[in-house]
Amino acid sequence: MAIVPRQAKEFAASTLSTASVWNMVIGGKKKQREEKIMHKTTAALLAALFMSVAYPAMAGEKFVLIDHTDGTDPFWPVVLNGAQEAAKKVGAELVFRHPNKVDAVEEAQIIEATTAQKPDGMIISILDPTVIGPAIKAAVDAGIPVVSINSGAEEARKYGVLLHVGQPEYPAGKIAGEKAKAAGQKKYLCLNQEAENIALRERCQGFADGMGQKLNMIDSTNDPAEIKARATAALSADPSIDTVLATGPHVCIPAMAALHDLGKDKSVYLACFDLAPEIVAGIKDGRVAFAVDQQQYLQGYLPVIYLDLYKRYGLLPANDVLSGPGFVTKENADQVGKLAGTVR
Amino acid sequence: MSGTTKDERIARTTLLSGLLRRPEMGAVAGAILVFLLFLAAASPTMFSARGVVNWLTVTGQLGVIAVSQCLLMIAGEFDLSVGSMIGFSGMVMALTFRFGGLPAWLAILVGIGICVCIGWLIGTIRVRSGLPSFIVTLAFLFILRGATIVSARTLNGSTMVGGMRDAKDTDVIAALFGGQIGDGVFSWLANAGVLAKLPNGTPTVTGLPMIIVWCLVLGAGAAFMLANSRFGNWIFSAGGDPRAARSVGVPVDAVKVRLFIYSAFCASVFGAAQVFGYGSADASRGELKEFESIIAAVIGGALLTGGYGSVIGALVGALIYGVVSQGFFYTGVDGDWFRIFLGCVLLGAVMFNTQVRRRVTGVY
Repeated sequence: MAIVPRQAKEFAASTLSTASVWNMVIGGKKKQREEKIMHKTTAALLAALFMSVAYPAMAGEKFVLIDHTDGTDPFWPVVLNGAQEAAKKVGAELVFRHPNKVDAVEEAQIIEATTAQKPDGMIISILDPTVIGPAIKAAVDAGIPVVSINSGAEEARKYGVLLHVGQPEYPAGKIAGEKAKAAGQKKYLCLNQEAENIALRERCQGFADGMGQKLNMIDSTNDPAEIKARATAALSADPSIDTVLATGPHVCIPAMAALHDLGKDKSVYLACFDLAPEIVAGIKDGRVAFAVDQQQYLQGYLPVIYLDLYKRYGLLPANDVLSGPGFVTKENADQVGKLAGTVR
Repeated sequence: MSGTTKDERIARTTLLSGLLRRPEMGAVAGAILVFLLFLAAASPTMFSARGVVNWLTVTGQLGVIAVSQCLLMIAGEFDLSVGSMIGFSGMVMALTFRFGGLPAWLAILVGIGICVCIGWLIGTIRVRSGLPSFIVTLAFLFILRGATIVSARTLNGSTMVGGMRDAKDTDVIAALFGGQIGDGVFSWLANAGVLAKLPNGTPTVTGLPMIIVWCLVLGAGAAFMLANSRFGNWIFSAGGDPRAARSVGVPVDAVKVRLFIYSAFCASVFGAAQVFGYGSADASRGELKEFESIIAAVIGGALLTGGYGSVIGALVGALIYGVVSQGFFYTGVDGDWFRIFLGCVLLGAVMFNTQVRRRVTGVY
C-alpha cells in the first residue's frame, strides 16, 4: 500500500510498548499477509488468555464494525467475511464488535467506547435509532466517518451517517411480487411470522403491490407445526391461491411441507425471504420458485471500500446503496449452495 | 474482666491491620490488578475523559443493582429477577408515558411503585412458602420478562417503545434519572484547556450520567446503614444464622422482605435511568444483569452462603466488571473473544481477591 494515511501512523504511534515488544518478538515484515494473519490470530489468543497484546501494529487504516446481535446469529458472520475481505484488499485493519446480548444500550456503550479510540471509520447496524442515533452523532461530531448497515435506513442520515447499505423491505417485496406476476401468477398468500413487525409487513405489502393485488396475509407464528397447519388450512380454504410468499426462512420450510402434503409441490409458486440450506435444495428441485437474498456480504464489503475511498480521496456515492434484493433461482442455486453460510 | 489474656474482640488493632481485614480489601486489590493490566494492555484512549465516562457509566448501572444484591446476599438470599425487573420497570414507565398519557415524573413513580409491590410479593412468597430464593426469583425472572413482552406487544405492537428521549429536558424527575450532572464543570474544564474539545467546539464529555450519582448515593447509604444501624446488624445475623437471630428477637422474615423490596427499587432506578437516559424501552433490556450483579457482589467479598459481605466491596466489584467489560473494546481484539476474555478475567479477579482476603483475614 503506497498511501499510508496520517491517522493510521498516529494510531500506530499511539500503541503501547507491549505491542511493539511483541512485534520484535515475532519479528519479520508485518506486511506479508500470512504473517499478518498469524500475528492477528496469535494476538487475539494471547490477549484473550493473558491480556498481553493490545493493538497489532497496522499499515493501513483501522475500521470498526459494530453489529447489534450477540454473535450467535448465522447472518452476521457473512457480513464480517465481506468486511474482512474488503479490508484485506484495501490494506486496512478491521475489528468487529458486538454486545453480549441483543441490547441497544450495550451497543451504544460499545460505540461510545470505540469513539474514544478515534478509529478511521465505523460501520454500525442500527438496532434502535432512539438509542443508537445519539451515539452515532457523538462519533460523527468527534470526526469519525460512519456508514450504517442492515437496519435503520430511514433515520440514519439524521444522525450524520455518510450513507446506508441495506435492503429496504418494501421495494424488495415489490420486486419479488413483480417477478411472480411476470411468471403468470394470479393470486397470492403471505405467510408472516410476526404480523405486527413493520418490516415483515412491508415485505407482504410490497409483494401485493408488485403483483397488483390486495394484501392477503396470515399470521403464521414462529412455530413450525403451527405454520404448517395454518398454511394447509388457508390453501385448502381457497384453492385459487397459486402463489405463496414466506417472509422468513423458518416459515418457508414448513410451507414446503404443507404444499407437499396437499400435493401442490410443483403447482404452487413458492417465494421465500432469506436463505437456508433446505431452501436452496428446494430451489434446485423446483419446490421453491426463488428466494429473496439481501446479500448481506455486501453490507460488510461495501462500507469498508466506501470508507477507504472517503478517507483517502473524499469520494462518496450520493445515494444509499441497496445490497438487495438479489434472487436465488434454479440458475444460480448451485453456486449459492456452495457459498452458503460464508458469502450468501 | 479477669485473667491475663484479653478477649480478642476488644484487643486493639493497628489501623493498617484493621484496614486489611475489611471484606472489600480483596476486591480493592483485584481492582488495582485489573487497572494495571489495562494500563499495560489497552489503548491509552481508555483513560481519556470520554473513555473514563464510558466505563464509569457501565459501572454505575451495575453498581446500583450490585448494592441491593449484596445486601440480599449478606442476608442469605439472592434475587434472580433483577434483570427482568429492569426490563419490566422500564416498559411500565414507557407504556404509561406513551400510551397512558402520564407525565414523565408520574410514569416513573408508577413504575417504581409497581416494582416495589412486586418486590414485596417476591419477598413474601419466599419467606411464607419457605422455598429457596433461587426458585422463587427464577420464577419471577420468567414472569416479569413475559409480562414485559406481552404488555409491549399488546399496547405497542412491537417490543420496542421509543420517544422518551426529550422528556428529561422538560421534566425534573426524568432528568434526575436519565439526565447528566456537572455540565458547567466540564465546559469550564474544556475552556481551561484541561479537557479536549470536538471540532464543533463542545467538550468531549459534557457531563456525568445521573446513574453514577445514584450508584454513589445508594451505595453510601447502604454502606452506612449496614455498618451503623440496628437494621444493618439484623441483615448480618439473618444471613449468618437465621435461627439464632430469631431466638434473640431479630425479625428475620421482615428483614428479608424489605431487602427484596429494596432490590426491586434499585432495579427500577436502573430501568428509569436507562429509559429516560437513552430514550427507549425494549423487552430485552436487563438480560443477564442478575448474574452480573451477583458477580459484582461476589468479587466484592460477599459469600454465596450469606452472613458476610460488603457494600463497598460490591461497588468495587461493579467497577472491576465495568472496566473489564468496556476495557476489552480498547484492546483491538475481535468481538467474538469477548466472553472468553470476560470469563477469564472475572475468574482471575475472584480467585485473586479470595486469596488476598484469606491471607489477611484468616477467614476460609
